[in-house]
Amino acid sequence: MNETPALLLGFGAQLAAGTVVTAALAAASLAGGLLLGIAGAAARMSRLRLLTSAVQAYTTAVRGVPELLVVLIVYFGASAAIGRVAALFGFTGFFELNPFLAGVTALSLTFGAYATEVLRGAFLAVPPGQTEAAYSLGLTRARAFRHVLLPQVWRTALPGLGNLFLVLLKDTSLVSVVGLDELMRKSALAVSYTQQPFTFYLAAAVIYLAMTAVSMAGIQVLERRAARGMGWSG
Amino acid sequence: MMAGLQDIAAESTAQLLTGAWLTVQLTALAMLAGTALAFPLALMRTSRQGWLRAPAYGYVFFFRGTPLLVQIFLVYYGLAQFAAVRDSLLWPVLGEAYWCAIIAFSLNTAAYTAEIIRGGMLAVPRGEREAARALGFSRWQEMRLIVLPRAVRQALPAYGNEVILLLKGSALASTITLLDLTGVARTLIARTYLAVEFFALAGLIYLLLTLLIVRAVRLLERRWALPHQPLETVQGTRHGDLLS
Repeated sequence: MNETPALLLGFGAQLAAGTVVTAALAAASLAGGLLLGIAGAAARMSRLRLLTSAVQAYTTAVRGVPELLVVLIVYFGASAAIGRVAALFGFTGFFELNPFLAGVTALSLTFGAYATEVLRGAFLAVPPGQTEAAYSLGLTRARAFRHVLLPQVWRTALPGLGNLFLVLLKDTSLVSVVGLDELMRKSALAVSYTQQPFTFYLAAAVIYLAMTAVSMAGIQVLERRAARGMGWSG
Repeated sequence: MMAGLQDIAAESTAQLLTGAWLTVQLTALAMLAGTALAFPLALMRTSRQGWLRAPAYGYVFFFRGTPLLVQIFLVYYGLAQFAAVRDSLLWPVLGEAYWCAIIAFSLNTAAYTAEIIRGGMLAVPRGEREAARALGFSRWQEMRLIVLPRAVRQALPAYGNEVILLLKGSALASTITLLDLTGVARTLIARTYLAVEFFALAGLIYLLLTLLIVRAVRLLERRWALPHQPLETVQGTRHGDLLS
């Protein structure tokens, strides 16, 4: 190669910037998705029939519709909604939701739907005797939840949540479709300048692989910590 | 001039259904090719020979560790970077978005399906394998007559999930100019600006297709269930213990 004076034909810095956006998008969506998942699991186990069926409809819909479509629906749907509200106040024209915000919303919705099921399963997997024992030892409800229930739920849910995060990390690439300058779109821009699609999409693939590997290592550390004192590792 | 609202609705519905048919085609063909590829991959992954195990491990790691969007772009846009590919006999296939989508989806789903089959194989009780050996089965007979039938049965629920994920992933065909269900919805929206309406309609059709797959898998499960034995299911998330 006689034409690589700088890293990746000079687009190295661009890809690095895209990687940062991808990581930020994944982290923000993880936070939003976890909150939704916790709320969803709590609602799913409540005694209010209306609430449980509403959450069930949400998880079924999100899990049966392509992630790309969810991203598009949130982006265009929210833009249209903002436009309508703005029209009420006399503003006209096309309103665009910030693609990052649309991405976080869409990916949180997706993560939250799957996480709802994971967390619900983890809660149901804790034997009821555990809470009963905590109460009979005189622990308050809050303390029983915090010190007895939660650590066990966390341990059971962690592998599932870890997998969901790996899926989320890859799904961030879909937000490039609505114009967010994350890794995938930065790669596409580099391709349009250099006409070297294989080089840049492969570079993107390698970066995603590295992020996946780092996440897997992180998840493993968390899992070991959660399983400490269990007598077996992993 | 302006066509009647009813005409627009009828025409768009017809277009969406044409798109849905393409989505079904892409999903079905990739499912068949991917599953065919998954069996040798799973056998390699569980092989005792390191030189067989390593490439299968690398394959699975690459296809499960990178976004499907990257994979489809690598096949459709990426391969065209090489003159050797453009001049080859394969170009009529590799230059077509349709075949590129099927190739990318097949390679992707093969990696996930191989791990699902592997999980099923590991769940086969040791005693059954030992019994096969004791009866004088060859390694290949043991695999074909004892291990794989059981593995497939146990992996079925997870496999059903994978087919659903493949269906949803097929929406990415719209990013390489194909007019699948999502692609049609996007063009209709570009023309009418009725974003929410058409996306919701497309979403509804996807949901129906998903429910059909769930039904089909349940039927198969019931048909293949062993008598007197409840089906144990293999952990069914997309990444079921990723490469552990």
